[in-house]
Amino acid sequence: MTRTISFTLNGEKVAAEIKPHHNLVELLQRDFNLMGARESCGQGLCGCCTVLVNGAAVSGCLYLAAFVDGAEVTTVESLADPSTHNLNPVQEAFIEAGAFQCGYCTPGFVLMTTQLLDAHPDPDEDQIRHYLSGNLCRCGAYPEIVNAVKIAARKRKAGAPA
Amino acid sequence: MATNTMQDAPVGAQVGRSLPRLEARDKVTGRAEYTHTMRLPGMLHAKIFRSTVAHGRIRSIDTSAAKNVPGVHRVVTSEDVRKVIPAPYYGPAFHDQPILAIDKVHYVGEPVAVVLAADPHVAEEAAQLIVAEYEELPAIFDEVEAADNKTLVHEELKPAGTFADLKHLKGRKGTNIALDFKLRRGDVDKAFAEAAHVFEHTFRTQKVLHLALEPFASIADWNERGVTIYSASQGPSFVRTEIARLLGWPENRVRIKVPYLGGGFGSKLYIKMEALATALSMIARRPVKVALTMEEQFYTITRHPSTFRIKTGVDKSGRITARKCEVYWNGGAYADVGPRVTQKSGFTASGPYDIDNVWVDSYALYTNLPPAGALRGFGIPQLVWGYESHTDMIARALKLDPLEFRRKNLLREGRPHATGQVVQDAKLEAVLDRVAERLNWGKPLERGNGAVRRGRGVAFAIKAVISPTTSVANITIAADGSTTLYCGTVDMGQGSDTAMAQIVGEVLDIPAQSVRIVPRDTDVTPYDMGTLGSRSLFHMGHAVRLAAQDARDKIKAMARDVGEPEGSNIPLPELFKKKYGMQAGNIVGTGTYKPDYVPPDPATGLTPNVTPFWMCAASGAEVEVDTETGHVRIARLITVVDCGRPLNPKIVETQISGAALMQLGFTMFEKMHIDAGQVTNASLADYKIPGMLDVPRVMENETVDAQQSNGPFGAKGVGETATFCVSPAIANAIEDACGVRLTSLPLNAEAVFRALRAKANTPLGDEE
Repeated sequence: MTRTISFTLNGEKVAAEIKPHHNLVELLQRDFNLMGARESCGQGLCGCCTVLVNGAAVSGCLYLAAFVDGAEVTTVESLADPSTHNLNPVQEAFIEAGAFQCGYCTPGFVLMTTQLLDAHPDPDEDQIRHYLSGNLCRCGAYPEIVNAVKIAARKRKAGAPA
Repeated sequence: MATNTMQDAPVGAQVGRSLPRLEARDKVTGRAEYTHTMRLPGMLHAKIFRSTVAHGRIRSIDTSAAKNVPGVHRVVTSEDVRKVIPAPYYGPAFHDQPILAIDKVHYVGEPVAVVLAADPHVAEEAAQLIVAEYEELPAIFDEVEAADNKTLVHEELKPAGTFADLKHLKGRKGTNIALDFKLRRGDVDKAFAEAAHVFEHTFRTQKVLHLALEPFASIADWNERGVTIYSASQGPSFVRTEIARLLGWPENRVRIKVPYLGGGFGSKLYIKMEALATALSMIARRPVKVALTMEEQFYTITRHPSTFRIKTGVDKSGRITARKCEVYWNGGAYADVGPRVTQKSGFTASGPYDIDNVWVDSYALYTNLPPAGALRGFGIPQLVWGYESHTDMIARALKLDPLEFRRKNLLREGRPHATGQVVQDAKLEAVLDRVAERLNWGKPLERGNGAVRRGRGVAFAIKAVISPTTSVANITIAADGSTTLYCGTVDMGQGSDTAMAQIVGEVLDIPAQSVRIVPRDTDVTPYDMGTLGSRSLFHMGHAVRLAAQDARDKIKAMARDVGEPEGSNIPLPELFKKKYGMQAGNIVGTGTYKPDYVPPDPATGLTPNVTPFWMCAASGAEVEVDTETGHVRIARLITVVDCGRPLNPKIVETQISGAALMQLGFTMFEKMHIDAGQVTNASLADYKIPGMLDVPRVMENETVDAQQSNGPFGAKGVGETATFCVSPAIANAIEDACGVRLTSLPLNAEAVFRALRAKANTPLGDEE
């Protein structure tokens, strides 16, 4: 019951053998050693498994691997500049704001923040809170995360990855 | 970019600055390693089949259908476990927990059998085909009912004797009481008889979950020479000792490796999945991974539900003269560290007050519920919930200002605490005053009109850190002068790696970010009692400081050896070259710290030295209560703590803020619903934790100016402190707003609405 799928993963053409019940997190971890998207709640409620598929955030624990056939998949591992390895403005902002503790949920927040700022380059506090309300952080770094989003917005506006 | 500031940070003054976490880059790039996502070559996955009854004899376990699923490696029951580990019972305080249920099950969700397969989906499918039959036995769920011993959870108690302070425990029969801690000071009966006013109330807390986002995970790789366990553990040294005991091996054949933890909060303490993973690896002779789902965390370890009866005598002048505390801790089916929670929190059950006559009875009880253990505060948040609600109720009944009543009775520096220890370096007055100032307590509050009413409340608290405990640290300096620290404190998000590096940097006068912290590995990182109870910065901080001082002394000795003049600051690479003729050699520094401690008298609980430091906190809340719906909006949440000198102010602030938010969840909505022992909301869909929208619009966090005189660089622990006072501060604010008093957590809209209706003499019907 396996089938082969082809897709673009962080800018590279790849292929993988999958079973119909495999989800995207399993595919990324097992076949590509990408551990940044992690399963936590297993129900698409915590955001730890966030992956961008064709530019839109999905819950990798619910998203079937079969669905990424032909798609463009972006994970947290690709956000740093491929040549300079400099962090992107969102990642830098998370460090500056101290916007994490254990770090398990952080890739999900970083990806959602990236999508938020793509849609709303200059979000207000309400927009930030509502946009990120589907991501959970048990360490409770929310105030710092809101601050990080604001810093990231400023950095992106300034246009330079500082 | 941010990481540049790390590289350019100056030498000197390493402690006291907000250095970003050393592992920050790994965490924002998704590269930080966690056990739950680790794999070993040839590894099998384990899926657990769990009990569906709360108390019962196992009549049969039919594994035939599971065995026949293609891809199943094997199905394991306790019969198989006992062939490799003859006495498979583990636990920190009692050796009461079987690796897989033996003869009986003691709670719904207890592991009964395991399926092993290379494909986790196959293991999961097969586990669902196992059928067990039970002869059901009477079960007991309530902690107060359990104390009458009519229904017994265990026929015989099996204390472990691990902890020096629990040595007096002896095996008992015919009881559910695993430990009863007593504290007796003065004469409470006489004081109550003489008191002008006596108040008595009962407070309850619900069962809540740590809910670390990285669920429990352990991988064991066993062979005849030794076993290596990769584990999401807060206490690798304890795991090593316990696995060695189970296997009858010396400790040096057991290796525990711990990467970063995706949260712990007390859940990943002592021994959890490690014993099962080890037994399975012995049976399969392959590496075996036990990684739980979120749902399974609800069947593994929780916080203690509690019932707290508290009685206080007050004289005419408003002085508290006596306090009697009776606390029942619902420990579930296995003791875990419950007896220690019972004793250690019992020390401060009477609160941050100067009271001449104190009586405390604190009982650890077995029930047929999932086990309870330590959760960010070791019982203190449950006690503060009770005594600070109670204290507020007294003040209101006596028409005294709740702040002034507290100020009049608070425990001042130099006065003996209920245990007998003279209080030192405890800024109780300062934390309370700062919260009051921030709340503008002296000025009237705009109370609103119409349906939405506003109110405010305060609470403050004290905690004795767990004692006595030991930490050991080693430091290696290479011939190029670079420095490596080996310590067993687990960085589960609290930022300990960064703080320890700052201490090394301070002593050796090198940039903290140049210090390499070796990931936890019991083959190389020395003993530490565990990352728990806000003890690490103080205990391990001292050990690290001593190790660094030892290394510094050895550098000086080496300089003397090679004929350098006194006070020479020859660069280290040159010093090593002078000594060894080339880039060769090491300097190894070591440090061990264990504070003084006098065990409490078992009859009175009194001791002149119960703790090396006191943790002090105060919280203030401003709330808006919608009296038509019972909905409570927290407009402001203020937390002020005494943590001595903050060694990394930014990390300290995130600890305060995060702890307060976690406790906000336990206060306002988190609750494990249980029906006949079955948890009915075991998922994030049905068990809500705080999210972005639950954060109060105004959160204020502060540390008071303080120095812990016996602490490393004036510091003490802070991981738990901000949890203590959140619940009573909010309940006190709710009463202030709308005149209803809640005595059970959580303070959700239904509870508030029921109380409002009851007050209006139009009560709602029963919940069930």
